[in-house]
Amino acid sequence: MDESTALVSARGLTKVYEGPPEHVAVGGIDFDVLRGEAFGFLGPNGAGKSTTMRMIGCVSPRSGGDLTILGHDAARERRAIKARLGSVPQDDTLDTELTVEENILIYGRYFGLPRAVIRERTDRLLEFARLTEKRTARVQDLSGGMRRRLTIARSLVNEPDLLLLDEPTTGLDPQARHLLWERLFRLKQDGVTLILTTHYMDEAEQLCDRIAVMDGGRIVAHGSPRELIERYVTREVLELRFPLDQHEQAAEKAHGIGERIEILPDRLLCYTGDGESALEETRRRGLDPITALVRRAGLEDVFLTLTGRTLVE
Amino acid sequence: MSLPAFHEFGYWWHRYRRTWRGTAVISIANPLLFVTALGFGLGRLVDERNSAYLHGGSYLAFIGPGLLAASAMQMGFIHGSGPVFQSARTGGNFRAAVTTPMEPSDIFTGHLLFTAFRATLDSAAILLVLLIFRAASPGALAGAVLTALAFATPISAYAVTADRPAKLSAVFRFVIMPLYMFSGTFFPAEQLPDPLRTLVWLSPLWHGTELCRGSGPILVHVLVLLALIVAGYLAGRRAYTGRLTA
Ligand SMILES: Nc1ncnc2c1ncn2[C@@H]1O[C@H](COP(=O)(O)OP(=O)(O)O)[C@@H](O)[C@H]1O
Ligand SMILES: [Mg+2]
Repeated sequence: MDESTALVSARGLTKVYEGPPEHVAVGGIDFDVLRGEAFGFLGPNGAGKSTTMRMIGCVSPRSGGDLTILGHDAARERRAIKARLGSVPQDDTLDTELTVEENILIYGRYFGLPRAVIRERTDRLLEFARLTEKRTARVQDLSGGMRRRLTIARSLVNEPDLLLLDEPTTGLDPQARHLLWERLFRLKQDGVTLILTTHYMDEAEQLCDRIAVMDGGRIVAHGSPRELIERYVTREVLELRFPLDQHEQAAEKAHGIGERIEILPDRLLCYTGDGESALEETRRRGLDPITALVRRAGLEDVFLTLTGRTLVE
Repeated sequence: MSLPAFHEFGYWWHRYRRTWRGTAVISIANPLLFVTALGFGLGRLVDERNSAYLHGGSYLAFIGPGLLAASAMQMGFIHGSGPVFQSARTGGNFRAAVTTPMEPSDIFTGHLLFTAFRATLDSAAILLVLLIFRAASPGALAGAVLTALAFATPISAYAVTADRPAKLSAVFRFVIMPLYMFSGTFFPAEQLPDPLRTLVWLSPLWHGTELCRGSGPILVHVLVLLALIVAGYLAGRRAYTGRLTA
């Protein structure tokens, strides 16, 4: 990969929290983020996504390895890097006592931007975040989705080259999530490079050009969503549900159907190139599932295959 | 002084503009109530007995600078504890500021600048009233601001790392209150029984009080307070960096 086009480049990046107890949160990871792409870290809680994001955001010093951001070393030129980053942390850091526009003003001042410039950008940012009517509302009166959009709008006040989004839609209802996705998609089309974390596979599939699947502080696989699915799982999945008392028996009987079977606590997943034929085979073996569903394989299946666990427990 | 620190100052200034009326009551009206009740009420009783401890001065002239220093200590505590604790926890202002070109030391310095500004403003207001009654001298302002910072810096350094508010109330109960009682605010420290009379030298508030009264070795008082400010500042920079960029 060409270093000059990588906005972020990590080699052996490591983070150890001193504790006690000492804890290796990120255990030596390599990745490159290219200009203009949307790069995602997908993984369950505790995988080390936020820690990685905070190291990229220069708010957490690395314990080892190399980390270059926008051509600067992350340890030595924090100010220069942070001046060109946008940051949406996992927990909102808005001042709930101040109004929407005051939050943007204060934040813009931290970048040393003149008030007039901030005011002019605020109009556009609020329009982008669909918060124009809320301009003088206090943040404590905003919904969760609105706060998240405000945090994103605020993070754009310095017109960053790179936007970091740590779980941008966690905790939001489906409608608010879709609105956010649509806004993020527009940013991407405008050429903003995005790095985001998520434990929702649909989010990763919708937004990311490339994904690093994280587990236990390591990257266990990376590639585009399509590449990952092609490499690690079959094209289709047959999902079978049985009455709970027949679950284990059914699993035994289904053995050998398709290429591989995953036994989850509540259902069987049968990986196969052809879901319909697998279903027929199931019936031939005298199995009678309560529900049977054939679907395309997704990133959730990739994660399950790689780690033996589901993403969201 | 680095420029980014002024952006943090700007944040606190912005908040202050919305709430200054309420805060003025706490930091200015309260001490003046004390001065009125003690200086004029209690003072009449004291002055009648013409105590030798007061070296011929009135009780009002004694308690005026004393209360000025004590309220400066309270300002140092008020600004250095709650706001720092709140801003450093998840979701607080400091967490937003570190994601910008601001570094933890800028945030700390900026907030201290604001504390110094508030202490100057509020102490000046108290002092103005004292001056009218000839109960203090203008030079006491410097003593008050030094006292406020001597408490604000180490308390901020502690508050930024505190994990629950109870730790801050403990500081108030076990540090601020005893100092308030035994640092020569209400009565001359020479009146204390012997071991305490020597211990009073360890009280930063006593040095601040003496400074506000313009009595004793001025230079020593100033150096003690400055030493606390410098030590608190160095500890605070480390503590802020450790907490905000873990
Ligand atoms: N400040 C911290 N001190 C100690 N351990 C931490 C700290 N932050 C996170 N961890 C631990 O590091 C691991 C990774 O956490 P995190 O990066 O937040 O994961 P994710 O964002 O993927 O959920 C977890 O086991 C977490 O408990
Ligand atoms: Mg996280």
